[in-house]
Amino acid sequence: MPDATALELIAQELREAEGEGVVADTLFFRNQATLSVEPASIRAVLAHLREKGYRFLASLHGVDYYPQEPRLGVVYELLDMSRVDRIAVKLRVPSDSPEVESVTEDWPTANHQEREVYDMFGVVFRGHPDLRRILMPEDYEGHPQRRDFPIGGEPVIFTRDEAGWLETRE
Amino acid sequence: MEKGGPGVEVKREPIDAGTGVHVDGGSLRVQSLNARQLLRGGDLVGPNPSAHLEGADFERHVEESIMTTTLDKAVAWARSNSFFPATFGLACCAIEMMSIVAARVDVARFGFEAFRASPRQADLLILSGRVSIKMAPIVRRIYDQMLEPKWAISMGACCSSMGVFNNYALVPADKFMPIDVHVPGCPPRPEALMHGVLKLRKMVQDDPDMGWRDRYDARGTEEVLPASGERSAEQEAVTDGMGENQSMDTSGA
Amino acid sequence: MSPTDQSSAGSSPTTAPTPSMSEYRKREQSITLSPLEEQLGEHSEGADGSTQELLTLNFGPHHPATHGVLRLLVTLQGELVRDVKPIIGYVHTGIEKTAEDKSYWKVIPVIERMDYLSYYFNALAFCGAVETLCEVEVPKRAQYLRVIHLELNRIMSHLVWLGTSALDLGAISMFWYCFREREKILDLFEMSSGQRMHTRYFQVGGVIEDIPLGFTEKLRGFLKEMPSRVDQYGALLNRNEIVLHRLRGTCPLDAETLLSLGVTGPLLRAAGNPWDLRKAAPYCSYEDFEFKIPVGTAGDNYDRFAVRLAEMYESVKIVEQALEGLPEGPHITEDRKIALPPRHELATSMEALIHHFKLVTEGLRVPPGEVYYPIESPRGELGCFVRSDGSSKPARVHMRDPSFVNLQATAPMVKGAYIADMIATLAMLDPILGGIDR
Repeated sequence: MPDATALELIAQELREAEGEGVVADTLFFRNQATLSVEPASIRAVLAHLREKGYRFLASLHGVDYYPQEPRLGVVYELLDMSRVDRIAVKLRVPSDSPEVESVTEDWPTANHQEREVYDMFGVVFRGHPDLRRILMPEDYEGHPQRRDFPIGGEPVIFTRDEAGWLETRE
Repeated sequence: MEKGGPGVEVKREPIDAGTGVHVDGGSLRVQSLNARQLLRGGDLVGPNPSAHLEGADFERHVEESIMTTTLDKAVAWARSNSFFPATFGLACCAIEMMSIVAARVDVARFGFEAFRASPRQADLLILSGRVSIKMAPIVRRIYDQMLEPKWAISMGACCSSMGVFNNYALVPADKFMPIDVHVPGCPPRPEALMHGVLKLRKMVQDDPDMGWRDRYDARGTEEVLPASGERSAEQEAVTDGMGENQSMDTSGA
Repeated sequence: MSPTDQSSAGSSPTTAPTPSMSEYRKREQSITLSPLEEQLGEHSEGADGSTQELLTLNFGPHHPATHGVLRLLVTLQGELVRDVKPIIGYVHTGIEKTAEDKSYWKVIPVIERMDYLSYYFNALAFCGAVETLCEVEVPKRAQYLRVIHLELNRIMSHLVWLGTSALDLGAISMFWYCFREREKILDLFEMSSGQRMHTRYFQVGGVIEDIPLGFTEKLRGFLKEMPSRVDQYGALLNRNEIVLHRLRGTCPLDAETLLSLGVTGPLLRAAGNPWDLRKAAPYCSYEDFEFKIPVGTAGDNYDRFAVRLAEMYESVKIVEQALEGLPEGPHITEDRKIALPPRHELATSMEALIHHFKLVTEGLRVPPGEVYYPIESPRGELGCFVRSDGSSKPARVHMRDPSFVNLQATAPMVKGAYIADMIATLAMLDPILGGIDR
């Protein structure tokens, strides 16, 4: 992990390169570095970090911060293999317009992972080549991993209701 | 072979079958009458013939003393000893299902090792693993493609009764297809699955019309013997033979 | 269908109209359209005037060779694969959603069932993330016990992979040999935890129980014979002409493409990149052990096979070293707010009773924060992201499953190869649908 000072340096460089509003926050928690960025600039931020050596996108996943707004978050975990460095880039989108630019062109690994975030949280990735549901059936309504989606479940009735079966047998 | 001759030494000993039946040679007619009495479980033709067995009792006696040759039961015996399971592994239980094919719990010693990939050739569907809502119509389609007679074993807690996860994504197998045996466990040991399969085998053997009569609403077409009243001998024998082996344990295997 | 339609439908997610059946079918057909088909058109003139068509074949979710319920839409030109689109979700269990509903230690059995062949790894990823959040120190003995079980699980996962892959290639006898060894490993798991699979052995702070008497002897016996068994597997397959023809040179993919696709694990190592988290960023005392990382050269199916076979030897070495160096000590952290106190304390100490009560009824409280904990599972980088909001239930658990990401490499690997090569590649990819679909 970059330590806290290195993280601040990265954030500073990003602000200089991309603009002031890009990096909202830095967080160094439990030895893990996090950059919170504005959703509009995610591609630029990831490209900048790629220049710095973080060339591997390990994970792209969504988080639901219900009931805080902006509610839906997307986390990009980057890895620098040569220096064994990890950095996380987080962004938040509001639930009334959950749109983010897709990074699939630069990072092909994001293809299925963005589809999963779309499926589970409803975050729409503009520019994604094939944004369909990936885990739920295609015509499913709702985004299951949002925190206000009920967990569901159904009661089980067995084929042979035991009492009824015993009756017919006797 | 004439009397008194050097003929074959055949020891004729009285047979004590507990019914006081004595076979002591005699004329062929007497022997055949004795044989018939033996069959009927009564006394010999003699001064006090015991009551003949009639109807349902007779059938049951025949079943107990002689291997039955009713066609149904013979076919059920053949079917039950040659299940062709369909290769249908969904999740973790599939790995334990593969274990029963492996050498330790060897399913081949029962004759069930011929796992058929095509549902048209299989007659046992071992649903091993969790059935998600996306998979349920496909399972149903495969079950429909199987030819009668077919059976289904729901292996593991997830398809039997939602298992560890009771949530939006899973469907219990009983919701969309009839299941004959539920095997609990998460995942069930291979021995437990084997027990479930053997229980199914017993069910098939003892109950010739295993399920399909209920499924196709074919009640009322069973054989009815006027002498014994409303139930046929078959049904009497089955209900009387119902022991713990027959119970459909939905809660335990 | 274009992504913009989706986005306009998705911009108001709660009120998206349900697509009609015909639209749904149209969308499914559009999956198969690939650039080549557009070039070829539906028909094309062959040299002798015959027409060619591209055939779309559905390798349905129920197929003996898809290693679980993976559906592939394969576009074929004769026997050559022109395009392959995997469709997943057929064993989606909503594990991550279920995990939000349970207290932290109840999540462990649920999480274990994701990648159902490497259940200890799932448990370690989650427990490691929670331990990072709670800043809890895992005792050394517990770490070594964890390593023993992890590497045994790695061997077991590779054994199942080997058995089922050989089954796909037609070498059916391998299945029985591999499962014979697997039964021995499962006996060991049963000794230590009582269950063969999904053992719930790893807990936050350590392991749930110390190993019983007789475990070390049985483990030593297993370790003594395992290398010769792996030699036998190699002898059976490595000089078999059919296996070599089917695996050598088929479906190679270079390391750069794999990295851009996010692939890690034996697939990446087969392509020449020696990236292994056990060496690069050691966790759980892996730095105490000496082992090598097998690396391939060509990145074809044979290298993937050879890398996994060699990894079995290395795992045996690790377990031997862990067993020799097993230190004395507690098997779980002493922090009573995280781990249950031992039973004998409950009779004497009021505090222990209260801790026990709180832990069992409410669960352990984890300070708020977000953490990503990556480990090296038999299939690649398995990372667990846990977000805690300070209560006793996690607010978000996400597993970055290696098979989910590795599956994206199927299409580049298989394009231009024969169907039989596709089957072999799928086998060598080692996808576990439980992890893919979660």
